[in-house]
Amino acid sequence: MTEPTASSPTTEDTQAPPAPEQAAPAGSYSAGTSARPAEAEKPRGLWGDAWHDLVRRPMFLVASVIILVLLAMVAFPQLFTSVDPNHADLLKSREGPSAEAWFGYDLQGRDIFSRTVHGARASVIVGLLATLGTVLIGSVVGILSGYYGGWVDNLLSRFSEIFLGLPFVLGAIVILTTFNSPQEIPSGTRVIMQVVTSIAVLSWPIAMRIMRSAAIAAKQQDYVKAARALGATPRRIILRHMLPNCLAPVLVYATIALGGFIGAEATLSYLGLGLKFPVVSWGVMISDSREFIQASPHLLLFPAGFLVVTVLAFVMLGDAVRDALDPKQK
Amino acid sequence: MSEVDVTTGGRLLDVEDLHVEFRTRDGVAKVLNGVSYHVDAGETLAVLGESGSGKSVTAQTVMGILDTPPGHVTGGRIRYGGEDLLQATEERRRLLRGDSMAMIFQDALSALNPVYTVGFQIAEQLRTRRGMSRKDATARAVELLDMVKIPNAKQRVKEFPHQFSGGMRQRAMIAMSLALDPQLLIADEPTTALDVTVQAQIMDLLDELRRERGMGLILITHDLGVVAEVADRIVVMYAGRIVESADAHGLYARPGHPYTEGLMRSIPRLDLAGQDLATIEGLPPNLMRIPSGCPFHPRCPRAADPCRDTVPEQHDLGAGRTSACHFAEELIKSE
Repeated sequence: MTEPTASSPTTEDTQAPPAPEQAAPAGSYSAGTSARPAEAEKPRGLWGDAWHDLVRRPMFLVASVIILVLLAMVAFPQLFTSVDPNHADLLKSREGPSAEAWFGYDLQGRDIFSRTVHGARASVIVGLLATLGTVLIGSVVGILSGYYGGWVDNLLSRFSEIFLGLPFVLGAIVILTTFNSPQEIPSGTRVIMQVVTSIAVLSWPIAMRIMRSAAIAAKQQDYVKAARALGATPRRIILRHMLPNCLAPVLVYATIALGGFIGAEATLSYLGLGLKFPVVSWGVMISDSREFIQASPHLLLFPAGFLVVTVLAFVMLGDAVRDALDPKQK
Repeated sequence: MSEVDVTTGGRLLDVEDLHVEFRTRDGVAKVLNGVSYHVDAGETLAVLGESGSGKSVTAQTVMGILDTPPGHVTGGRIRYGGEDLLQATEERRRLLRGDSMAMIFQDALSALNPVYTVGFQIAEQLRTRRGMSRKDATARAVELLDMVKIPNAKQRVKEFPHQFSGGMRQRAMIAMSLALDPQLLIADEPTTALDVTVQAQIMDLLDELRRERGMGLILITHDLGVVAEVADRIVVMYAGRIVESADAHGLYARPGHPYTEGLMRSIPRLDLAGQDLATIEGLPPNLMRIPSGCPFHPRCPRAADPCRDTVPEQHDLGAGRTSACHFAEELIKSE
């Protein structure tokens, strides 16, 4: 018994060493040349650096997990619930949470859990599209304004201030009531587009200001001067040299605003101006609950809780992205 | 692209009586007040002067990259190969930039775009201006980095500007500006941000490239040491004017303007160690309120009555030298 155990290490000793010995110099040699470290630590640009930084932030990871779950809910609500969100059983009206229906039933006897899950889609779609619209309009106007300066800047800035001067809720009420008479029930997509448009129209000046100031700062940079000195066209300077360097602050704003816009959708729906039946959204659910908040708080708490967590997740994501993109805070 | 014949060493650039003012909220600053200089192919012209004397503004006006507003050209001519650039269309000037004339900046880190690799930035112009494929352009970028003596160019072409050291960045910047083979290179304080040993290397490189390519080089600097080594001719600027223009040897041997004299005296010298360094008293003038007469007279040790109310003409001192001083002739004969 001692023999084989003693002999096996010796055979290994005699046979194994050549392999590590061969490997070791090769490894240390190639590590000594410049090729190896370059491979091990690939050069990273601004965005690569930011990503490297982000995946090490707990706040980013928590926010990402919440957002991923939310996106799964948006894309595949069937994964989370098999109950039809519009199936009403009046016998179960305002029944509290139970094993059968985790979040209870609403006034019409509809399953609140199912409605909350299905409501994510409308809420998130409104948030995403409104952000996209805001960022697109704001960035285009802002970068042109920042690059050209002078009267172009004056004109565009004053124009944006008109929209900035409108109080958000009042502006949205005006826009939404103008396009919809209170009697008719518009189709789901139409009302979603109207809510998105009114949010984007009233919010783009903020993105525009952020982009404009970033563009003014970038324009002063020598690399923009250098690009001009090498004969780059204005188009190329704006798109290739300024835009990538101006995007970071707008992106941060967009992430935080996304949460805010989901909240804005809820506000408008609560006021009865935004999404309406048959569309399911958190705002619609909160709106439906308004007369029963004291009697049956679960009608309010579940959709409102989802809304708060979602908004919080986007704000956290935005914060983490801002920290990662801001070299001064490192 | 351009019609300039490099081999004859003919006149490349002719700046005549250039006037530029900056219109700001606080008033109008007369930044250039009749600047004239010229550069021949294959020649190094050094433009000397303090900060705010108008060296860089002249260069930017020549390149056509002056920020308007606040900068406005109010007079003069800039001839490049006989063509008046101030009359040319913006599109024509854009095509000349990079292709015929290029510029390198003081701080190469901020002059390189942080979001792109060095190779991409060099290749970009080759692709857009020469229609080269991405692959060919990158190969050419490697050659260019090799040309400016960046070791391991094949590898470094894929790196970002922040991964380069200060000297390497300036080399990369030079490679970038020479990608389209310009005949005129303007170097705006190319070595100011670098340490002394690297400064010398960059100056040598620029000098070598100028000789090999027979291009004209305008070297903007406030460093008299840098100038002494490489310049063929020197113009000294003060308050938006050329105060003295001379060949490098002549200027160092005998300055023809009290301002140049003052600059020379304020170079630290080892044999005078321990003594107080000579300085030029006072500050450069506020360009919104340039003194009457000779703009230098409040600081000039030789100032006399005519200096206070008569703007000095350019006095011809022979051998291609001029000086804008009422007492230029006496000054050059003294000592």
